[in-house]
Amino acid sequence: MSAAERSPHIVAGGDAAAGAGDGGSALSGTGNAGAAAVRSPAVTVHELTRRFGDFTAVNRVTLAVATGEVFGFLGPNGAGKSTTIRMLCGLLTPTAGSGTVAGFDIRREAEKIKKHIGYMSQKFSLYEDLTVEENINFYSGIYRVPPAKKRERKEWVLAMAGLTALRGSITGTLPAGWKQRLALGCAVLHEPPVIFLDEPTSGVDPMARRAFWELIYELAGRGTTVFVTTHYMDEAEYCDRLALIYRGDMIALGTPAQLKRETADGIIAVTGDQPQLLLAAVEDLPGVREAALFGRGIHVVTADAAALLPAVQVRLAERGFAAAAAVVEPSLEDVFVMRIEAHDRNGAAA
Amino acid sequence: MIRTNGLTRRFGALTALDGLTLTVPTGELFALVGPDGAGKTTTMRLLAGILDPTAGEAFVAGKHTVREAAALKHEIAYMSQRFGLYPDLTVEENLKFYADLYGVTRREREQRLPELLSFSYLTPFRDRQAGRLSGGMKQKLGLACALIHTPRVLFLDEPTNGVDPVSRRDFWRILYRLLAEGTTIFVSTAYLDEAERCARVGLLHQGRLLACGTPDEVKRLLRGTLWGVRAAQPRAAAALLKRELAGRATVGLFGTTVHVVTALPDAPAAIGAVLAAAGEPFDAIEREEPTLEDVFVSVIGEQAA
Repeated sequence: MSAAERSPHIVAGGDAAAGAGDGGSALSGTGNAGAAAVRSPAVTVHELTRRFGDFTAVNRVTLAVATGEVFGFLGPNGAGKSTTIRMLCGLLTPTAGSGTVAGFDIRREAEKIKKHIGYMSQKFSLYEDLTVEENINFYSGIYRVPPAKKRERKEWVLAMAGLTALRGSITGTLPAGWKQRLALGCAVLHEPPVIFLDEPTSGVDPMARRAFWELIYELAGRGTTVFVTTHYMDEAEYCDRLALIYRGDMIALGTPAQLKRETADGIIAVTGDQPQLLLAAVEDLPGVREAALFGRGIHVVTADAAALLPAVQVRLAERGFAAAAAVVEPSLEDVFVMRIEAHDRNGAAA
Repeated sequence: MIRTNGLTRRFGALTALDGLTLTVPTGELFALVGPDGAGKTTTMRLLAGILDPTAGEAFVAGKHTVREAAALKHEIAYMSQRFGLYPDLTVEENLKFYADLYGVTRREREQRLPELLSFSYLTPFRDRQAGRLSGGMKQKLGLACALIHTPRVLFLDEPTNGVDPVSRRDFWRILYRLLAEGTTIFVSTAYLDEAERCARVGLLHQGRLLACGTPDEVKRLLRGTLWGVRAAQPRAAAALLKRELAGRATVGLFGTTVHVVTALPDAPAAIGAVLAAAGEPFDAIEREEPTLEDVFVSVIGEQAA
């Protein structure tokens, strides 16, 4: 790739020293988590709060995302994810707390933030009746890509999204996965240092999801900071770090490996046919906190998995199941569910 | 319970579904998977008697989907991706509305309503407006509404899209309870971990059924062996292997493990050599049991190539 392609993150127009500084430091990075930790933060949030009437949608959230980091923002529907993203994008004013994005203050410099971020939601805002190329031209105009760079940026987006041969196709006729790549391309036409992706892969098939995540890595590898929400826990595994938000509170923050380690020493995985019957067989054993279907079997959550394992094996044998049980590391889905339940229990006790 | 023979639907020049022949016995949980645009929604709508086939025929709950479409409606429930809930009605009012729509008698309704509320974990929210429910709760209410007339066959079109893991677990618990009551469930899903737990899976691609069987049977379609590579930098290792083994292997990241599907005779040595030559550190290269996602990516990838 050319030097020009490699250096997209210095702020166009040069209207902000802070932004240019962040962009410059991104160039030295490799995009992995280790390097990200020592670089300047692309997003900082301190005690960020948003209330709607007497409802607190986001409650004193504090976090920092490093430049070039792929940061996953997880939580149940209605937990406050979209509200947080809207505040970070300068679309919604916080009730309390502060934050910066690409070096700009989210309260006072909302207009500047809009020029320095890319945003893509699950409802891709593409014009279905325009061609692929026309959509790119349209967004090039909206984002004020300098005329001298328009052609180069367009070719870059077409190549990145794998749409060069389909540039003349009507967007509405493309499969969902392709539209999604085009939407991402349009969101980064102006080479923003930070991009926000709100459930970008919702309802897209597994092949398209994989292709999409390769694009995310590519952007992160070039120093772009990616802030992404998802309900797919396999995608959460791909993030450098994760925050879990629930009822407006941030209840966990760390790398996927850290969160697993901190949440449980282990859980019991039972693999076998007819998981619903396995579930019924073990869920009433003393010590079982939670048993749930997981892929082709079940996962059993308990305080001490190694101690409970023999009891589970005995129960399975008694009931005549040819199922294997073993202690395994919790999956991110287990972590997600366990953290939320722990939060509910503490909430109920308080 | 569901039987189709050469079921075909064309829209102009596009063949959305091409000669589907399939049998789903009573009480089975069947999953239809496939890329976007494969024909999953068209199949659902044909089976639910909402769309007429261009050729072929289908019987659901013993009813012909075209000739007996009216009678079929009483036997089935169909939950589309955009199930019509009334946002300004409460949870309970939505359920009552669907009860009236399906001609459920008042007495039946009074008995059924508390059951469905409790079963969908919505009892505490019975007076909340549907528009103010979270995405996961809306899906559960949609399912409860679809079940108000006690259908024998349930069609669910990607019911857990955009639903968080906690709600997804609740949703599947509900499905298993229905299954235990003898309901036949035909579900399409983009989550292949959900397809893994179904009795049988059909893989649809460009309107054609490429494979159909138990998850284990479908996994045997994988041409080659799956090798899991644990590398220090999984993203970099995956990109490298993808480039170097192009045409000889399908490479993808699966969580933090790189999955390499290949028929190469001495695969671990070949994979190790590529990584070592580039100085990419790795811990282990081990044979793994493929997941449905591996099969999906590999089989659809071959078709596309």
